[in-house]
Amino acid sequence: MSSQDIPEEKLPAERASAPGAVDVADEKNPFADPGLPPHEHRIQDVDERAAKRSERTVALLFTVSMLATVAFIAAFVAIPVDKAVYVWPLGHISALNLALGLTLGLALFCIGAGAVHWARTLMSDVEIADERHPIEASPEVRAKVHADFRQGAKESALGRRKLIRNTMFGALTLVPLSGVVLLRDLGPLPEEKLRHTLWKRGKLLVNMNTNEPLRPSDVAVGSLTFAKPEGLEEHDHDFQNEIAKAALMIVRLQPGDIKDKRELEWSHEGIVAYSKICTHVGCPISLYEQQTHHVLCPCHQSTFDLSDGARVIFGPAGHALPQLRIGVNDEGYLEALGDFEEPVGPAFWERG
Amino acid sequence: MSTTTTSESRSRGKAPAGERVADWADGRLGIYSLAKANMRKIFPDHWSFMLGEICLYSFIIIILTGVYLTLFFHPSMNEVEYHGSYVPLQGQLMSEAFASTLDISFDVRGGLLIRQIHHWAAIIFLAGMFVHMMRVFFTGAFRKPREINWLFGFLLFVLGMFTGFTGYSLPDDLLSGTGVRFTQGAILSVPIVGTYISFFLFGGEFPGTDFVARFYSIHILLLPGIMLGLVVGHLILVFYHKHTQFAGPGKSNKNVVGMPLLPVYMAKAGGFFFLVFGLIAALAGIASVNPIWVLGPYRPDQVSTGAQPDWYMGFAEGLVRAMPGWEIDFWGHTLVLGVFVPLVLFGLFLGVIALYPFIESWITGDKREHHILDRPRNAPTRTAFGVAWVTGYMIMLIGGGNDIIATHFHLSINAVTWFVRIGFFAGPILAFIITKRICLGLQRRDRDKVLHGRETGTIKRLPHGEFIEVHEPLSQEALHTLTAHEQYKPAEIGPTVDENGVERKVKGSEKLRAKLSDAYFGEDAQIPKPTVEDYKEITSGHGHH
Amino acid sequence: MKKLSARRRHPLAAVVVLLLALAATGVLYTALAPTGKAQADETAQSLAIDEGKKLYAVGCASCHGTGGQGTSDGPSLVGVGAAAVDFQVGTGRMPAATSQGAQVPRKKVIYSQAEIDQLAAYIASLGAGPNIPTKEQYGTEGADIAEGGELFRTNCAQCHNFTGKGGALTRGKYAPTLEDVDPKHIYEAMQTGPQNMPSFPDTTLSEQNKKDIIAYLEAVNSSDTESPGGLELGGLGPVSEGLFGWIFGLGGLIAVAVWVAARTAKAKKS
Repeated sequence: MSSQDIPEEKLPAERASAPGAVDVADEKNPFADPGLPPHEHRIQDVDERAAKRSERTVALLFTVSMLATVAFIAAFVAIPVDKAVYVWPLGHISALNLALGLTLGLALFCIGAGAVHWARTLMSDVEIADERHPIEASPEVRAKVHADFRQGAKESALGRRKLIRNTMFGALTLVPLSGVVLLRDLGPLPEEKLRHTLWKRGKLLVNMNTNEPLRPSDVAVGSLTFAKPEGLEEHDHDFQNEIAKAALMIVRLQPGDIKDKRELEWSHEGIVAYSKICTHVGCPISLYEQQTHHVLCPCHQSTFDLSDGARVIFGPAGHALPQLRIGVNDEGYLEALGDFEEPVGPAFWERG
Repeated sequence: MSTTTTSESRSRGKAPAGERVADWADGRLGIYSLAKANMRKIFPDHWSFMLGEICLYSFIIIILTGVYLTLFFHPSMNEVEYHGSYVPLQGQLMSEAFASTLDISFDVRGGLLIRQIHHWAAIIFLAGMFVHMMRVFFTGAFRKPREINWLFGFLLFVLGMFTGFTGYSLPDDLLSGTGVRFTQGAILSVPIVGTYISFFLFGGEFPGTDFVARFYSIHILLLPGIMLGLVVGHLILVFYHKHTQFAGPGKSNKNVVGMPLLPVYMAKAGGFFFLVFGLIAALAGIASVNPIWVLGPYRPDQVSTGAQPDWYMGFAEGLVRAMPGWEIDFWGHTLVLGVFVPLVLFGLFLGVIALYPFIESWITGDKREHHILDRPRNAPTRTAFGVAWVTGYMIMLIGGGNDIIATHFHLSINAVTWFVRIGFFAGPILAFIITKRICLGLQRRDRDKVLHGRETGTIKRLPHGEFIEVHEPLSQEALHTLTAHEQYKPAEIGPTVDENGVERKVKGSEKLRAKLSDAYFGEDAQIPKPTVEDYKEITSGHGHH
Repeated sequence: MKKLSARRRHPLAAVVVLLLALAATGVLYTALAPTGKAQADETAQSLAIDEGKKLYAVGCASCHGTGGQGTSDGPSLVGVGAAAVDFQVGTGRMPAATSQGAQVPRKKVIYSQAEIDQLAAYIASLGAGPNIPTKEQYGTEGADIAEGGELFRTNCAQCHNFTGKGGALTRGKYAPTLEDVDPKHIYEAMQTGPQNMPSFPDTTLSEQNKKDIIAYLEAVNSSDTESPGGLELGGLGPVSEGLFGWIFGLGGLIAVAVWVAARTAKAKKS
């Protein structure tokens, strides 16, 4: 049922009143529109002194604006860019920023205030009623446009010569494809890139803070350490991309506290290494509570239990943090025993 | 006056210079016929009609300051070692984008001010659009003929959100980088094409070295370009439709009452631009916004607690935070519902309000033009729906800041999250019911006021000792204003048997509409406004109540 | 090692240590270590331990056990070290009002520094643990502020926010603000990992690293820290900025709009 089908009488009746017409509140309709109330004069309209005062106020505002602009330029020239001042209650702030902001603000605000005050007090405030006209065209215009269109369509013979029409639509549909194709080189295909990190068997766990490889004795129970794979340096060209996947969080638990069998197997003397990248949308999760062994993501509050295979115990993450299997090499340094067995970071369609 | 005499004396030979310029322009641009309709265009006075102007002006301010910022900003992710004047970052590796933002803040005189004006104006622009949109919604200003303009406005709001997002991501600081990482994670969650979109957007793996440059062209060219077009269209339509007005004496659906553009609104609206600019400039002088130097350069392995987006993305952030971690693995694929559902909900939730005008016009079946605004109480179901929508939005905004709320009100973050999860469903329902009741109560009060007059607060003692409060009858202006609104009758399903006695199949949509119409305009949904008969009966009957 | 064995031979030290060790934990070897490391004069040290023990019996024993072995109301203090005591008592967290609640808050300090030192000496005598850091350790001389910033963002910001304004943890726990916290206490917190905070021992976060972090904090989160842009709005980022923008930005503009659109006062009818 189209909406035209609602019978007219269901719609509320429109109030008929001519613009500005004054209906008398007669016995017939006490709610009738009495029309625009008569204009009342402002003080400025009747008292020339008040008008003069308004004029002076407006002029004063414009003058203050000019002075503020001069002050702005003076501040710009005079105040060094690194000068700090203490201003209560703002604190220790840049003198230049404050001076420029306030003078510019004042200069602009006073122009506005002057103009508005001028409009409010000195320009005519007689309310005027303007008629509205329906937006819809009159039936004659409507008929003319439709006829013109039909005439034009007929003359183009678009409907009759189907071959032209179809090939034209075909061409127009195909041509944007070149644009789409051009976008192909925006980036490489994902392939297996999300599945691999720099970690592999034998890579030492290097302490993020000291840039030294970690020994098991460095990692105390209750401590928190962040590690990167050996050989990855901050200056490296692909450091950001690699650390985004390889960042590691290392904690030491009492082996007896570890509830998950695989976690225990992949640990070394209670030292466990987990991906620092949240499996939700990839924030570096690392709010480790050493008493509860919970680790919280600061972005969306996914909470993982590091004593139980880093399973999700709260929040929007869908799966546990990937664990890195670690051991100790001949020289007594902690090393990876392979790459992560599953993709780190957020889940994606091909993850499986 | 002296000016008149001089112009008269000059007009003997030539018209004044201004007129000649205007004539010249008219001969080429036809400005006179344009000015004829618009120079004395009438605008009604109401503070809420200026909300749109706040948005327009902050948009202009953003463009002006944005152009300035492009003169100094380097949209590049090349790694540099910082040696500028901010000591706590000296010697640190960072992208050129971050370093140049530091330079704008510390070494370019006034650069910090312009950055802060730009950012504050963006926050206010989006807040202004939100409030403006709500004003239009609650007064029913979206009705015919303004539905398209409502959509223009809605698009501006959505585009504004994404322009803001791409903008605050440009400095490549730790906070915005975290936000970009979140976006990338959300894109990855899209079934089938997610990884491809992510790799194409970032030029490979996250973060790569491309996104700042790409966001830059989106932020300064693509999105603002579209927005500028929409703003112009929005304004042309405002002029073309003429402004709506509230009901009142002398104001009808066929006129618009107010002050002329020249000179009053030229001064008021023009002045308001300077007021807005001045206030924002002063704000930028006294309050810090997005101090990227304390955030540090982005590194994908670093993060800070309290990682929030700017307020207009807070609603999306809340949806993501509140969502349980659902993930389905099947046939070697993963459906990341924990992220994808909020993504879809985000679109749906906004989409509902965008399409509302069409839904309402379908329910009312009203094809007429509406230029008189509704008072929110007189459209209780719409108002209740709007308040419910805002409630859902606000609850998710709370959800987006759940950690800040937890620390500042000493609550458990888990409890806040649960509150948000439940509140998202319960809050809007509760808000709907309460709002509708309040609206009906106010309608009842209006009805009483019309029929029994205004309570004067004067207590009178009647001869037989009874005390009564004197009610003063309303003026005709007030009576008219309070009864000016229209009340629909619920649509009924037409006869189910046609004139030939053949039973017609009643479509599901028809039944739905009848139901909705009843919910909107049925007995429980509005208080019948007093009729002339009601009024006469009471006034002629027993003088006072 | 030589120094250590020389000290160990001191008759008085041995007696004191033995007595205390027997009375407290009975773990002789761990008890020997702190006194071995002690720099102060042994007599004074043993006196301090005695005084500390008295203070402990009154203020701490009810929860942590008469010998610091811990009860259901408080953890064992054996081996936590003097640094932990100085931090917990020196920031007023200990003695705690209750063992219930998500976490023990920072409060008014009720012991004098001398008493805290005595308590610390006593607890240190129970088992080896980190010492109270010296001024050279937590002082900012020779520190690299920028390096400290990077270390702070890697190790600390995730809980304590970019500049140490604090943040939420799970179930009502929180990382407290670091504003105007004594550098010594910051150093001790990193070393000992109080409550749910993990520790950052010297083996993974070197002394120089800690110094750098403290210097960075002093630069970005003290009462003298500059906020060039103006009001810092709590340093909480977009949430407080959004609120400020709505209330003062949009609120201010709406107030102006009300003035612009309002009717001008009419002349009184005479």
